[in-house]
Amino acid sequence: MDLLSPEPGLVIWSGLTFLAVLALLTKFAWKPQLGMIKEREDEIEGSLEKAKQAQQEYARLEAEKKLMAEESRKERDQLLKETKEKVQMMLDEARAQALTEGNKLLAEARSQIEKEKAAALTELREQVASLSVEIAGKLIGDSLSAADKQKELIDKYLQESNFN
Amino acid sequence: MRIFALIGVLIGLLMPVNLMAQDNNETGEERLNIKELMFHHIGDSHHWNIFAWKGDGGEIKSIDIPLPVMAYNKQNGDFLFAMSSSLSEGQTIEKNGCRYGINAHEKLEVNGSTDAIFDFSLTRNVASMLMSVALLMLIFVGATRSIRKTKVPRGGAVIVEELVLFAKEIADDQIGKKKSAKFTPFLLTLFFFIWINNIIGLVPFFPGGTNLSGNIAFTSILAIFTFIVTHVFASKHYWVHTLTVPGVPFIMKFIMVPLEIVTMFTRPFTLLIRLFANITGGHIIVLSMFSIIFYLQTYMISIASVPLAFVVFVLELIFGALQAYIFTVLSALYIGLAVADGHDE
Repeated sequence: MDLLSPEPGLVIWSGLTFLAVLALLTKFAWKPQLGMIKEREDEIEGSLEKAKQAQQEYARLEAEKKLMAEESRKERDQLLKETKEKVQMMLDEARAQALTEGNKLLAEARSQIEKEKAAALTELREQVASLSVEIAGKLIGDSLSAADKQKELIDKYLQESNFN
Repeated sequence: MRIFALIGVLIGLLMPVNLMAQDNNETGEERLNIKELMFHHIGDSHHWNIFAWKGDGGEIKSIDIPLPVMAYNKQNGDFLFAMSSSLSEGQTIEKNGCRYGINAHEKLEVNGSTDAIFDFSLTRNVASMLMSVALLMLIFVGATRSIRKTKVPRGGAVIVEELVLFAKEIADDQIGKKKSAKFTPFLLTLFFFIWINNIIGLVPFFPGGTNLSGNIAFTSILAIFTFIVTHVFASKHYWVHTLTVPGVPFIMKFIMVPLEIVTMFTRPFTLLIRLFANITGGHIIVLSMFSIIFYLQTYMISIASVPLAFVVFVLELIFGALQAYIFTVLSALYIGLAVADGHDE
């Protein structure tokens, strides 16, 4: 049948035309277009990758921020605690110091008083002795020859009988 | 999908038989010779008819585009270059003692014989094909320019890019992403070249209506290209597999090896027959639907035949894309089978 026998002329023309259109379209359409599609695909892929990275980075930063906040809170608490302790310590110290100082002053004052008192007693004793001797001398009429010996004796008695 | 294609082929193959049978029973001279009409539409021609009408005297007048006639005379080695207008309607050209003319079947003949001449004229089909090339260039190069300018496709370029991606997917799916890049341009060209010619064949008025993609010469050369590409790039594994058929008992090889070799050739053969039969069948159905009106010489039948023809036409539009797709997918599949190396499947 006529339909089933390929005409060689048309075979040749079809072949040449196909090769020509293959070459032309490959150079001017397929290569550039597929290249652009590839480029765009890569770009989208890259962008997605970048977005993912950014998200990860964000998550990391967020975690870091949280960590830092936690840390700073802890630090603050620590600082507060320390300060409190320090203040307490200082107060205690000051109190203790004040106490010892006061005690010292008190003790000093007391010893001063003791000293004054002793001095006063000694003087009193001496005066009493001399007064006694004088009185005794006057009473006896004449001064004892050995006045000093008498005095010494009185002193001794006086010493023994403490004025307490 | 294949079932539809099969039904299309069956109907396409049955229709002309029916019509021929009716033809033989025909008695009246006035009745239209439908077989002739169909073969005229489906076959090739040396001129491109734009419009035809019946003159006052009943004679048929037509406006044709004359096409170049080029031929090689095998007897005396002469080349003939002429325009078909100087050969139409029984006109002949005398050259070096040979008389050239075009016979009733639109074949070029020298001294009344078609055998002694090698006709490589720029026929209606060739002209239609060149037009399809221009269209393809316009669409795809234009879209490429547009995409390059805007970076992201806009307007019509969106559709073009989707189609290109669709066809690229065929290559990637069948051949595998690693190896498909080399074959993608071939398969893309195959797909769009067949498709656009299928569409042109369906346009019922002047620049369309040719039956190029339903011409066996056209489908043959495309199938031959697929065959060549398949076997030029075939891997060692493919040849080993085809020629030794590993894994079968030795005796079986005497059957399997010839079978494999036959398969090598039947694959492109099915490609060319499938496309040819589908497209030609479709044309025959649509023409039959309209011819019924003239054959039965009643307008009443058009109530049935015109809507039916319309349905078939729409189906043909789908088949046009489908057949281009099938041709491309199977070509990609054969290439994929040939380039695959070893046991990675």
